[in-house]
Amino acid sequence: MGFKHKDIIALKDLSKDEIELLISTAENMREINSRDIKKVPTLRGKTIINLFYESSTRTRTSFEIAGKRLSADTVNITASTSSATKGETLLDTAKNLEAMKPDIVVMRHAVSGSHYFLAKRLSCSIINAGDGAHEHPSQGLLDMLTIKDRYGRLDGLKVAIVGDITHSRVARSDIAGFTMMGSRVFLAGPPTMMPPGVERLGNVTVCATMKEAIQDADVIIMLRIQQERQGKTLIPNTREYSRYYGLNPENLKWAKPDAMVMHPGPINRGVELSSYVADGANSHVLKQVENGVAVRMAMLYHVSGGTLVTE
Amino acid sequence: MNLLIQGGRVIDPSQGIDEVLDILVENGAVKELGKGVKAPSGTETIDASGLIVTPGLIDMHVHLRDPGHEYKEDIVSGTKAAAAGGFTSVACMPNTKPVNDNKAVTSYIIAKAKAEGSVNVFPVGSITQGSKGELLSEMGELKESGCVAVSDDGHPVTNSELMRRALEYAKGMGIMVISHAEDLSLVGAGVMNEGFVSTELGLKGIPWAAEDAATARDVYLAEFTDSPLHIAHVSTKGSLRIIRNAKARGVKVTCETAPHYFSLTDDAVRGYDTNAKMNPPLRTADDVTAVKEALKDGTIDAIATDHAPHHIDEKDLEFNEALNGIVGLETSLTLSLRLVEEGVLTLPVLVDKMACNPAKILGIDRGTLKPGSVADITVIDPKATWTVDADKLASKSKNSPFLGWEVKGAAAFTIVGGKVVYKR
Ligand SMILES: [Zn+2]
Ligand SMILES: [Zn+2]
Repeated sequence: MGFKHKDIIALKDLSKDEIELLISTAENMREINSRDIKKVPTLRGKTIINLFYESSTRTRTSFEIAGKRLSADTVNITASTSSATKGETLLDTAKNLEAMKPDIVVMRHAVSGSHYFLAKRLSCSIINAGDGAHEHPSQGLLDMLTIKDRYGRLDGLKVAIVGDITHSRVARSDIAGFTMMGSRVFLAGPPTMMPPGVERLGNVTVCATMKEAIQDADVIIMLRIQQERQGKTLIPNTREYSRYYGLNPENLKWAKPDAMVMHPGPINRGVELSSYVADGANSHVLKQVENGVAVRMAMLYHVSGGTLVTE
Repeated sequence: MNLLIQGGRVIDPSQGIDEVLDILVENGAVKELGKGVKAPSGTETIDASGLIVTPGLIDMHVHLRDPGHEYKEDIVSGTKAAAAGGFTSVACMPNTKPVNDNKAVTSYIIAKAKAEGSVNVFPVGSITQGSKGELLSEMGELKESGCVAVSDDGHPVTNSELMRRALEYAKGMGIMVISHAEDLSLVGAGVMNEGFVSTELGLKGIPWAAEDAATARDVYLAEFTDSPLHIAHVSTKGSLRIIRNAKARGVKVTCETAPHYFSLTDDAVRGYDTNAKMNPPLRTADDVTAVKEALKDGTIDAIATDHAPHHIDEKDLEFNEALNGIVGLETSLTLSLRLVEEGVLTLPVLVDKMACNPAKILGIDRGTLKPGSVADITVIDPKATWTVDADKLASKSKNSPFLGWEVKGAAAFTIVGGKVVYKR
């Protein structure tokens, strides 16, 4: 089957088949990344703009490498301040970008839904590299690929997601993806970080304690605590947070012995993950980063509607 | 000039009238109601058969943006929109630039409305100077200059002691306080109702408790000070429960809701449509049900639009950046008539909430067709079907979530002081 969307903004907008297609394409892309010369001409002559309104070295670099491996010309635009305070609206930015005739715009923006706003106005493809607390589809896909690598499947797994669900776009993409693929998702975190009605997003259970969520889990995804974004009212401090919602060798024993531990990074060591766990045998954090490039190559490839040339 | 409105279904709750009658208007006043009314020769006649004739509708909560933000709306365009919506009077909120906290601004609004406006404009002054929430405004002079109420609409009075004093002071001046009930610390950076939809969209939510808590405070202060209080744009089940209980205790509290709170839920925000962004935000189906129940049982006294025009550049933005508010004057009547179709309200009760009660609450001599009263009359065609079309709105701004809706019912004639100011 083919991929019919101009843009990739949210996993919840995709079908199960489309998500499977993206993951299997990423599996094929991985072969390119292990070659001596890591480049194919698939997107030769195409222009990709990485438009980042929030700094994120790793996601931007990952998209940039993905574009370059497919031979696209990639340009980075980093807007350190918000569009509004700069005096240029996103609409102005959109018109300027349109005039430069890019083929794909990869955007990160602090406002949920801003990618839909842009996609409606631009004829080129938009890929969401994170919008506010809405979605982060490439992260969701790379999480799924990493789990599929380990278990060979995505259905029938118990996936625990722990931390600040309210403000996490990773959580929303993961929930959309995993529940669509037939896994059960268990959430844990302080009630101040649990958004209303979240259980209605799919096959999702909100747990009262971290223990309930990670008990017998196949996968544990720990979310990053971003104190700067949440203000001061959600938790007393990181010390108490790590005590009740951090993953350490002791509470990791509640999960299956070979449970996968994942984290979208960058890790606050000693807060969400103790270093023993972050660097331990259960950790798949670096594997996630590796898979990130392949997944982003698959996304760029499918929105550009090209055929894979592997000469 | 004289006018005979013939054979319409006259609904005037102020006199308990609901029957087919003729109305004769002479020198701007209602002269006679009856069957087979004879008019002097040369009297202009409106054939109102099949139409509904009511006291002129009154929107007690609009933003005319004049002075200061005339690029969004001004008194001329805003009152044209009002006339097109069947309104003969509007009360305009003081969050203009400068704020209507003094005689000069009040007088300017009244003079401009008299000279160039299509309908009556009754200004609302501010509760505090500059609506800054620090010092009481000169409510005595505001009232004397023509203000019909005071409100810091757009900004709640956050200081409880100041709100207490405002209620006490306003009572002494014989002017009523209209509360914009919102606990700002609970609203925080929220941009839509907090609930399942905000969770799914990843937008920061505004809890219903932000409205309920503020409503409760103001209702208790009204009870404590024994002062009349009107709560603007009520949107939550909880606020309505608080107001219903207070009314039962005899607290002098009245309230209004707006058509969007009984016509839409926060589902309208899906797709990040900034025309569904308003304050208070669109709530859940539960709240919509509660609003309808409260309209039915009389907890809600009035339907007002909170007509809030914004320029396209202030709406065509990412959701977080867009301004709050929608235009409402031209869709209020048709949306409200749906309540009659749905069996929530009878037509006379609807007319009560759109004409008689607003006049009573504001204490203005309108909202009736009693012989001798000012001939402000709305003639409604309940069968007219039309499409809400941005190009056809008289308002300068087009920020409506109802664009494209196929609707039924419209003003056929709007008559102010005996003069036809709008004809469909
Ligand atoms: Zn208000
Ligand atoms: Zn208002």
